[in-house]
Amino acid sequence: MAASVDINEYRGCWVFVEQSHGKPARVSLELLGKGRELAAKLGVDLTAVVLGDALGSLPQELVAYGAERVLVAEDPVLKEYRTELYADVVAGAVLERRPEVLIVGATPVGRDLAPRLSFRLNAGCTADCTGLDIDQENRLFVSTRPAFGGNVVATIICPNHRPQMATVRPGVMPLPEKEAGRSGEVVPLKVLIKEQDVRVKILESAEAASEGGAIEEAERVLCVGMGGADAETFALIRELAGLLYAEVAATRLAVEAGWLTHDSQVGQTGKTIRPDLYVACGISGAVQHTAGMTGSKLVVAINKDPKAEIFNYADFGIVGDLRKVLPAIIDELKTLRGE
Amino acid sequence: MLCASVPLCLRLPTIADNICPYEEITMNTIVCIKQVPNVKEVKWYPVTGSLIRKGIPSIINPNDRHAIEAALQLREKHGGEVTIVSMGPSQVEEALREALAMGADKAVQLTDKEFAGSDTWATSYTLGLAIRKIGSWNLILCGKEAMDGMTAQVGPQIAEYLKIPQMTYAVSLEIADGKVRIKQKLGKVQRVLEAPLPALVTVEREINEPRIAPMDSIMEAYEKEIPVWTPEDLGGEAERFGLEGSPTRLKKVFSPKVLKGKVHMLPAEPKEAAAELIRVLKEKYIL
Repeated sequence: MAASVDINEYRGCWVFVEQSHGKPARVSLELLGKGRELAAKLGVDLTAVVLGDALGSLPQELVAYGAERVLVAEDPVLKEYRTELYADVVAGAVLERRPEVLIVGATPVGRDLAPRLSFRLNAGCTADCTGLDIDQENRLFVSTRPAFGGNVVATIICPNHRPQMATVRPGVMPLPEKEAGRSGEVVPLKVLIKEQDVRVKILESAEAASEGGAIEEAERVLCVGMGGADAETFALIRELAGLLYAEVAATRLAVEAGWLTHDSQVGQTGKTIRPDLYVACGISGAVQHTAGMTGSKLVVAINKDPKAEIFNYADFGIVGDLRKVLPAIIDELKTLRGE
Repeated sequence: MLCASVPLCLRLPTIADNICPYEEITMNTIVCIKQVPNVKEVKWYPVTGSLIRKGIPSIINPNDRHAIEAALQLREKHGGEVTIVSMGPSQVEEALREALAMGADKAVQLTDKEFAGSDTWATSYTLGLAIRKIGSWNLILCGKEAMDGMTAQVGPQIAEYLKIPQMTYAVSLEIADGKVRIKQKLGKVQRVLEAPLPALVTVEREINEPRIAPMDSIMEAYEKEIPVWTPEDLGGEAERFGLEGSPTRLKKVFSPKVLKGKVHMLPAEPKEAAAELIRVLKEKYIL
């Protein structure tokens, strides 16, 4: 095939690190943890690539999180993320240094950048992966993602193209330990582009205050599905969440029905969370949803259908009407707290 | 060399633009759409967990309807034409007819067995070639992502193929002074971006409320001719189409169920269930 490259010329495992004001995105650190494991299986170094302006001690922080080499492009023109600029810098580094694997967090930025890069590099990119591994026998990067319909998961490989790329869902990989004693090499990348050459201009940029806490950081989450998506039940869920110091999340259908915003959506098209306590309220348990919650430590499911799939993902189940079960739990908790 | 050429038929600045900078630009928009199975009606075989595809109705990918609506609104304001492009099996014609009934001027269908098995890379390559062949355009619109694959890759990859700016996740879109300006929802960050034309924009559902095709337009849409293009019509490199042109390969498909151990069912009577649950939460140090 005309576009094939000599795949043996490509060695090394890279993680694109997304940052804002010098602070790395959590998913980028998660990927450094996973990247170390992949690099070890390949017998190569783990390289972090980070772009921005005035990054301060960020490169050293990435070393502490496991990078053995940090490629740093620092320039005022890179202060804010812009697709073409970032693609130019990363693609330039890839073409020069030829890594065999390049992984990117599946954040809004990563999902904007990775496809543009993959097309330019003539590389395959698996989107929104939930698992990454190395087939050591064939020296191939194997990525796993939920496939159409969600009840199945697909593993995908890129046998003839390099680098092998993937975007990875935030929250799927555990956060690695930070070890201050680690050493690594910091390599500056040349940035040749000037602001006047940039086609897309940012006229305004503002961080929106999100309502409520971030569900991906919450230790306790009550999640509402269509079985709890009526005003009376939702009010009970809110009340119970308050008593349990929990955040309220929702399934896709409940979000589409307007009960919460997409920020609070758990599942394949929402967030992946791993709280200590997860209470599924009126959730059937379609795999599109459970894809986002199976990392939870203790799962309690309440559903009036004893055959609901969600019970297969739960430690404890209650078969019953939410409008009767929730008030009973609320009463018990209030009694416990002496209210 | 791959992807070296840029669209040739773009509107270049003229002397008239300098004399009269506020002259309205005519918007010739191409909307790329995908036909997808209507997931809400999807059912699975209970034992294997595999998808029952037979008899599932196909629809225009919901996000793409918003892209069509955005293109129609631009035409209403600035004049020009709306062209719809879609790649898929022969039934994709239905989706194109519906888009014509919504008000699009033209449609182009990309159907050939050589296109089968395309991943996002090969899909973008094929759509990119078709867009170049269509010629006179200054804006490409796509939905943010398709509801089946949900990769959100094809928009950015087409932009890369055409070497034009891309602006993703638009919640609003306007044309001013010959430039396209969007409000972008980049996670928690809201940005206002501006790019010169030609450009590619992917739209979020919040951007508008897509119109429903009126009955008489549906009848009219069936009178329009929709050209069907094959690899021969598109040119390009034969080995870049379809499965052969796809860098990603499906290795295997399996059931992802990460089942917990057997669930412990609490009593069905609410008060008993609540008391038992509280006991469990205490035992697990949650309370």
